[in-house]
Amino acid sequence: MYKIVEKRELNPTVTLMKVEAPFVARKAEPGQFIILRVDEEGERIPLTVADFDREAGTVTIIFQIVGGTTERLNHLACGEYIHDFVGPLGEPSKVEGLKKVAVVGGGVGCAIAYPVAKKLHALGAEVHSIVGFRNKGLVILEEEFRAVSDVYKLMSDDGTAGEKGLVTDALKALIEAGNQYDEVIAIGPVVMMKFVSLLTKQYGIRTTVSMNPIMIDGTGMCGCCRLTVAGKTKFACVDGPDFDGHEVDYDEILKRASTYREFEQREREAACNLFKKEVR
Amino acid sequence: MPNMSPQKHPMPAQEAGERSKNFREVALGYDVETALDEAKRCLNCKTRPCVGGCPVRIHIPEFIAKVAAGEFEEAYQIIQRSSSLPAVCGRVCPQETQCEQQCVRGKKGEPVAIGRLERFVADWHNAHSCDLPHKAEPNGHKVAVVGSGPAGLTCAGDLAKRGYDVTVFEALHLAGGVLVYGIPEFRLPKAIVEKEIENLKALGVKVETNMVIGRVLSVDELLEEQGFEAVFVGSGAGLPRFMNIPGENLKSVFSANEFLTRVNLMKAYQEDARTPVFHAKKVAVVGGGNVAMDAARCAKRLGAEEVSIVYRRSANELPARAEEVEHAKEEGIVFRFLTNPTAILEGEQGVVAGMTCVEMELGEPDASGRRRPVVKEGSEFTLACDCVIMAIGTSPNPLIKNTTAGLDTQKWGGIVADETGKTSRAHVYAGGDAVTGAATVILAMGAGKTAAEAIDAELRAKE
Repeated sequence: MYKIVEKRELNPTVTLMKVEAPFVARKAEPGQFIILRVDEEGERIPLTVADFDREAGTVTIIFQIVGGTTERLNHLACGEYIHDFVGPLGEPSKVEGLKKVAVVGGGVGCAIAYPVAKKLHALGAEVHSIVGFRNKGLVILEEEFRAVSDVYKLMSDDGTAGEKGLVTDALKALIEAGNQYDEVIAIGPVVMMKFVSLLTKQYGIRTTVSMNPIMIDGTGMCGCCRLTVAGKTKFACVDGPDFDGHEVDYDEILKRASTYREFEQREREAACNLFKKEVR
Repeated sequence: MPNMSPQKHPMPAQEAGERSKNFREVALGYDVETALDEAKRCLNCKTRPCVGGCPVRIHIPEFIAKVAAGEFEEAYQIIQRSSSLPAVCGRVCPQETQCEQQCVRGKKGEPVAIGRLERFVADWHNAHSCDLPHKAEPNGHKVAVVGSGPAGLTCAGDLAKRGYDVTVFEALHLAGGVLVYGIPEFRLPKAIVEKEIENLKALGVKVETNMVIGRVLSVDELLEEQGFEAVFVGSGAGLPRFMNIPGENLKSVFSANEFLTRVNLMKAYQEDARTPVFHAKKVAVVGGGNVAMDAARCAKRLGAEEVSIVYRRSANELPARAEEVEHAKEEGIVFRFLTNPTAILEGEQGVVAGMTCVEMELGEPDASGRRRPVVKEGSEFTLACDCVIMAIGTSPNPLIKNTTAGLDTQKWGGIVADETGKTSRAHVYAGGDAVTGAATVILAMGAGKTAAEAIDAELRAKE
């Protein structure tokens, strides 16, 4: 059992939780993920490590409420326990030796992009963070990103926060302005990563994307998280989650991600109804 | 007087039409009367060929003699000396190629039903005995076991019986390995696995779940920081293999590991389960092993109208346990022998619309001694299906290999271990599917047992 020691709402659908998990905190690196089960009957879901504190033995996760499990997770209060919490899983992001990097985050993907930007900053790299959200109400981690970025570009679909436009618009402008990046790291919705990769391919800039497919065990057993990279089948849990953005088959990933969408929606409604009853 | 009936007592089972709609256990087990009568078929011969056929060397004639005498608890104690998981082996061992194949009675008629008697004895013990196993005097040595499948549990049990302080590290949230994520409830009820693990805990074995060795702790850290004097790696079969044919990453294509994990470990067959599973109408399962049979029979129980096994060789080469093939046939699973898939076709929204296959014929024997299937010219056809399950084996999990310097592995990824389980790294032993590639529960148990003996010898030599 893993105790929740801090809980914060970052926006109406995104929550931050700090969890006591000393074994995970001891080894966690940016880019890695954990798998949790909310309770004894729970499904296993992967969440990327958003931050960690080795001394305090805590790991921070940030999640968007999308299905039954995240709904139930969000219902747990500070001081309560998560039944299972295993990690760190996957390969850490490879950021050593990079001098100048554009970190692109989209929506809740910013929670994963932030620790990468933070580590790059700590290693002395010049970090240009470009983050995008649908609107002002959804912006997360602004302070945190600013603290570790040499350039911070905030974009929103409707122009209510930062500039109006897509992250690819901002990235293109920065490249056109003469910025030469060793690498672009893009983390967010699959469609965003696809278009960032298409853009950087034109400029020949190496690009890394972080994949978050459906998983069950997360340790290299079930094969559910497979994707095609450079024509070969890879497993996000042991080969990734980071992959070469120019080699990933995004359309296949989009299709596979929708496998259980109806079930997820039903599950979320069921969970919501359950909590409504409790409140009454 | 021995019972000279040439036939063994049949195993009572749930009726096929009924059981293919539920997940309750198929085989119901012998009652006392049947067990007594079957046990009398054993001639208690001096040569005991059956024992030689058992990977963990259970004293078979001795335990059967106790059954015949009605001394069931004594029979259990005899089995328990050699096997840490009697209720499991009695259910999942391929007895027809092991102990029973060697049985003298099998020369004229059917062999003694050794497996069914083993199951009877274990079930009788679990139902009647409340005695917890006797805890051995601690010997002060600490051993770590990686993985709580059949190899790891056997190694842990055998070491605990010798007084070792054993900790088993399991990556998943539940102990049991393939016994809980792979083998379905209707073949091996999870309550039985749980009971066997409780028995091991009573022997003093500690089980730590959510511990992925290679990530959370490395093998080196277990030895250097955590105070373990030896490590046994029984990390299991690992990543599923695919055929590398077009369409394999479509939405309703699953590895058997994924499909079975959803159904068994995550209990997706239950109405209110939180883990989803794809409910298909027509399922094609590719492969001919026990895993393929399990996947096919689960798909049927989830309500599929038609489930077929697609296997590139003939019925004679099927690697699955005979009883599972029989049960699958009775439940209406269609067998398409000498058939090999060439592509999976995409339908609406990325779901499978069918699978093109070719017919095969058997040619010259290959490296495995089985006749190699070759494609019959112009035989291509399309099999209608909306779901494909790949059950064509696995390749070892790379985690331990990648994080343990100096641990030699085969080209295909299996850990190199000698006949005692010793690896290229001092104090590190390995066994089960992590070494052999996908095999059976009992072979993994045999490897765990042998490694326990070798670890015991190494650590006692230190004193």
